[in-house]
Amino acid sequence: MSLQLGNISLKPTEQYHLNDVTLNFEPGKMYTILGRTLSGKTTLLKTIAGLQSPDSGSIHFMGKDFLSIPVWERNVAMVYQQFINYPHLNVRENIEFPLKQRKMEPSLIDKEVSDAIKKVGLEGFEVRKIQELSGGQQQRVALARSLAKKAKILLLDEPLVNLDYKLREGLREEFKKLFKGEEASQSILIYASTDPLEAMQLNGDIIVIDEGKILQVGSAKDVFENPANAKVAEITNDPAMNLNNGTIQDNKLIFNNEIQFDLPSNLQSIQPGDYQIGIRATDIHLDENGFGFDVDISEISGSETFLHLHSQNIKCVATIEEVKSYEVNQVVKINFDTSKIYLFKESGELLHSPFKS
Amino acid sequence: MAKIYTFLKYLFVILWACFVIAPFLWAISTSFKDFNSVTSGATYIPWLQFEPTLDGWSVLFKPGSQGGINIVGPYFNSIFVTLTASIISIALGTLAAYALSRYTFKAGIVQNNDITFFFISQRIMPPVVLSIPFFLFLSTLGLLDSLAGLIMVYIVLLMPIAVWIMVDFFNRVPKEIDETALIDGCNPFQAFFKVVLPNSIPGMIVAGLFCIIFGWIDFFFAFILTFTNVQLLPVKIVALNSSITPWWSLSAAALVSVAPLIIVAFVVERYLSKGNLSGALK
Repeated sequence: MSLQLGNISLKPTEQYHLNDVTLNFEPGKMYTILGRTLSGKTTLLKTIAGLQSPDSGSIHFMGKDFLSIPVWERNVAMVYQQFINYPHLNVRENIEFPLKQRKMEPSLIDKEVSDAIKKVGLEGFEVRKIQELSGGQQQRVALARSLAKKAKILLLDEPLVNLDYKLREGLREEFKKLFKGEEASQSILIYASTDPLEAMQLNGDIIVIDEGKILQVGSAKDVFENPANAKVAEITNDPAMNLNNGTIQDNKLIFNNEIQFDLPSNLQSIQPGDYQIGIRATDIHLDENGFGFDVDISEISGSETFLHLHSQNIKCVATIEEVKSYEVNQVVKINFDTSKIYLFKESGELLHSPFKS
Repeated sequence: MAKIYTFLKYLFVILWACFVIAPFLWAISTSFKDFNSVTSGATYIPWLQFEPTLDGWSVLFKPGSQGGINIVGPYFNSIFVTLTASIISIALGTLAAYALSRYTFKAGIVQNNDITFFFISQRIMPPVVLSIPFFLFLSTLGLLDSLAGLIMVYIVLLMPIAVWIMVDFFNRVPKEIDETALIDGCNPFQAFFKVVLPNSIPGMIVAGLFCIIFGWIDFFFAFILTFTNVQLLPVKIVALNSSITPWWSLSAAALVSVAPLIIVAFVVERYLSKGNLSGALK
């Protein structure tokens, strides 16, 4: 039943690339592919769907060689970031299109379509033209179409990114509900996202991808607490985890030859030497007795303020738990919670996580 | 301020409309004149300034044996050649444009854009350059002075327009629509005919309009590639010009020849004003 990708590679051209991707997807589970724009998420989904052929590697699904099956016989479903529907058909015709294409019984089609329309909450809109719907409704139509197909593999390529905030929150909750139903236990759900917060909220297995390479696969908690390397730590945090050069020597922890701390107790066992020090924006806080940093930018985000700061050698972003505006070049005093520090080897690999005892 | 602007805008449009309509009014008035009324200075209003006559019109529909000109035959030839060539051009051009928009072709250094340019380059050359090759080509095939030969030449002239407009149209249709059709179980042909084509009608209407206009108004190739057997309307009208120019029937024939384009423009204008041409796909 599982979907297996073996050493999939796709030569870098203008925008498509995959580099030796090996993954295993199990039915009944939700996977989130997390990566930045142009990291290869869409290419990976299109390769699974069959819209793109890899240069090398294999794809097997339920024991069959998937690469020898053309797209139109693979029975996958895909929802795009753009709201893609058939503009010449109305809502109902859009949803029944794949079922008619499969020559399903008309009575069965009626039932499936009505079910799907109910699931996404589009009752009463059946005969509307696509152009007469709002963006959120258009995306619901696309979603209903992919649900009605009951495909064994459902691919969602940043489906919420073009919606406004409120709709996004609402639809995301619905997603989680929709994919917990009994049918969902038969199918593989793969969701691509650039937003670490969204990936955490969906709470499935997270696949971190960058430049076409899979960096880490694990549960949301695992990826958050033990990022495999510095790159993963950057990608899976918003704002990205602060990374600075650091040194451990003489029981001291030194940031960029500039700021010096006593070595925290949980780092006592680490060999002296040069490392990359990672610290989350939330683990930097204002402190009257702290170090002076200049403000580059301050952004207010909901109930928090992101401060982009720099000193002589250090750049970092701090999350301040209040809404307050700061002047550019204003000096603020901050301190670092050194017990929450991550250490990465200079090659980038994780050496120490505060969650690992 | 806004009112003055609106006033000036309408004033300009009205003046421009007068300017554009004037030759038509002149042609209409001339078509009801006879030799004396035409040669006795500028007159405009029938009955008051000149005695109207239907001779200019009736002569157009009389057979040659009764001293008429008979433009009915050339008229239907023109309609047949233009419509056939336009329809074939749109059909082939749409297919070619879809392929050029969606698939990557490469033969040495020749790529998609070069192929598209190759099509358009047919229209960049002055028609005179093409006249001799076309003449030799048709004469070898024995198709000089025939409707089939003219249709073939017109397809060569009109298809680049169709390809050009449709490539641009397809490039603006997100390819994710085709991909969704593939994912939803269509093979590439079904994806084209069931999904892409129904959504391309606005583009095809625009391309068709251009093909019909350019096909209808062509004089040059019709003049060179036909003699006596087959005559198209523009050639017939110009041929009226003999030692004494019959301005009255010339005007009437010109009006009759413009009529189909006006009808086409009115039909298409309804599509244009509904916004169907631009907003179908975004």
